[in-house]
Amino acid sequence: MLNYTIRRLFFTIPTLLFISFVIFLILDMAPNDPTGNLPMTIPPEVRENIRKSLGLDAPMYVRYLLWCNQFFINEPLNLLYEWFDWCIGDCENRTRVRSWSTRSPVVDLIVERMPQTLWVVGMSYVVGILIALPIGVISAYKQYSWFDQIGTFISMIGFSVPTFFTGVLLIVIFSVWIDQDSWFWLPSIYDTTLVVDSWGNFWLQVRQMIMPVMVLALYNAAQLSRFMRASMLDNLSQDYVRTARAKGLKEKTVLLVHVLRNSMIPVVTVIALSVPQVFGGAIITEQIFRVNGLGQLLIIGIQGADIPLVQTLTFIFAVLIVLFNLVADILYGLLDPRIRYD
Amino acid sequence: MTDTAAQEQNVQSKNRSLWGDVWVQFRSHKGAMLGMVVFGIILFGVTAGPYLWTIDPQYLDIRDKNQGISWKHPLGTDQLGRDLLAQLIHGGRVSVAVGLAAMLLSLVLGTFIGVLAGYFKRIDGPLMRLTDLFLALPILPLLLVIIMLFRDTLRNAFGPETGIFLLIVFIIGMTSWMQTARIVRGDVLALKEREFILAANSIGTPARRVILRHILPNIMSPIMVSATLGVATAIITESALSFLGLGFPSDFPTWGRLLFDGTTFIQQSPSRVIWPGLAISLTVLSVNFIGDGLRDALDPRIRGR
Repeated sequence: MLNYTIRRLFFTIPTLLFISFVIFLILDMAPNDPTGNLPMTIPPEVRENIRKSLGLDAPMYVRYLLWCNQFFINEPLNLLYEWFDWCIGDCENRTRVRSWSTRSPVVDLIVERMPQTLWVVGMSYVVGILIALPIGVISAYKQYSWFDQIGTFISMIGFSVPTFFTGVLLIVIFSVWIDQDSWFWLPSIYDTTLVVDSWGNFWLQVRQMIMPVMVLALYNAAQLSRFMRASMLDNLSQDYVRTARAKGLKEKTVLLVHVLRNSMIPVVTVIALSVPQVFGGAIITEQIFRVNGLGQLLIIGIQGADIPLVQTLTFIFAVLIVLFNLVADILYGLLDPRIRYD
Repeated sequence: MTDTAAQEQNVQSKNRSLWGDVWVQFRSHKGAMLGMVVFGIILFGVTAGPYLWTIDPQYLDIRDKNQGISWKHPLGTDQLGRDLLAQLIHGGRVSVAVGLAAMLLSLVLGTFIGVLAGYFKRIDGPLMRLTDLFLALPILPLLLVIIMLFRDTLRNAFGPETGIFLLIVFIIGMTSWMQTARIVRGDVLALKEREFILAANSIGTPARRVILRHILPNIMSPIMVSATLGVATAIITESALSFLGLGFPSDFPTWGRLLFDGTTFIQQSPSRVIWPGLAISLTVLSVNFIGDGLRDALDPRIRGR
């Protein structure tokens, strides 16, 4: 298993390098001029100087290698320096990936916005799993009952209705139609400056998180509960279940210990596999509820034609996908003793 | 006893075909039938709608702005007095057209790559690595980036409407063929070992004709199922792009764009976001139900039970 993990990790390096190159190529092929958003009154020679200062006069492969050097070598070293005070090489004057529009290092921007995204996405994922698992278990155990029928229908609606509609619909119901003084009124804008230092503020924080978290959670739960149901059904008809019942085990033990544990194996890998998708979906949710997280940073970067920021963020999304694919494969091997990769 | 025997004979004497069986099974799936009806109504609405509801969606009637439901404007008007029903019909045309066109493109691409990878062993490895690479790309960010960067060039080249349409169909098609390719490859790999392919090969049928005559008809069912799912994802992706402000422009709105434009006025007229959102959701839901029914109908293990 360890052997396999190391081999796979080794393989991810060329994959990621290739993906970063593809992203760079797409951004570079674009006919748009990054100085196009600047005022028209700037004289052409000044504009040329701005282009030079952004490093745009160098050939494409030089710029790519520079970005690689900055992102893969300088940034991790800088993080080591900032977090643990370990200084390797020239710590003070390291060239870092800088955003064109804000002139601050891209990684700092990302670190600044990471907590909001992680809070919303992480919470929604946890809530989604908590909703999906019991629904999946019950609708498999009582197959074709009214609970199952309604569950199937609702989960079909859940993954057909896009998050940008559920989000807006929730805003209409809870922020517009319900009176602002009412107990059920929820804020439609996520306030990041809120500091949780008292119970009142904690309550505000909970209230502003309810809508974004629920939108994503319902979407995740719809898909996950289907997987859970299918996986439970596969296991419920197996011989070991009959054996367990024949031994006189309680129904609860059969279901929750024997069947549930076995049917969690594929579900856990699905949970791991869809983490990157959730981050992608968070782009839209953050836009609806004005959460200033990574997704919003990406949109701002795209609108401002901020190439280094977009390049780095897109690459981080790619890293997430590759990483969680790897995690899913390894988890599958760890959880299911029948699967051996060697 | 004789009754059932007579009935069986009756069934036998009827001309049964594969697609007839599929249709019988499909009809027993209530959700799929309902989905078919709803999708049919939506298709009819967006194709024949402009002839029945003749108000120009771009006609400004500033005195009638922000209206609610009335006889003159059944779904109300927006902040410039444009009729929402007319906009919804015209937006639906674009949304559904994008969904169908992008699905066709991704289906053709996916089937082509899947068949090639499954049939020709030599190029299987490289093609599947390519598929893996595409699967590892962060699709939504990349779509946003590509649209942002290429929008103006294509607008200048093909005009505002066709340019953005081509761009969006092209990039959605280019980034959603991977699942189809994988499924098709798996099926082709299994089919290739069957006797009838061996027979075709042994009488000297060229590879091109084996694929067209013997392989493609046999992998129709997974292709059809992924076609329906492809329409649903393409419509959602297009609406998501428009919702983020990076899809179709305001003067050429789709359902996603209408929803996006409506969010600004959510306090004054919430119905402006509800109608387009409902349209998207109903379309996707009905297509998904059709796909569900098709999957059951085309699965020989379920059919006939």
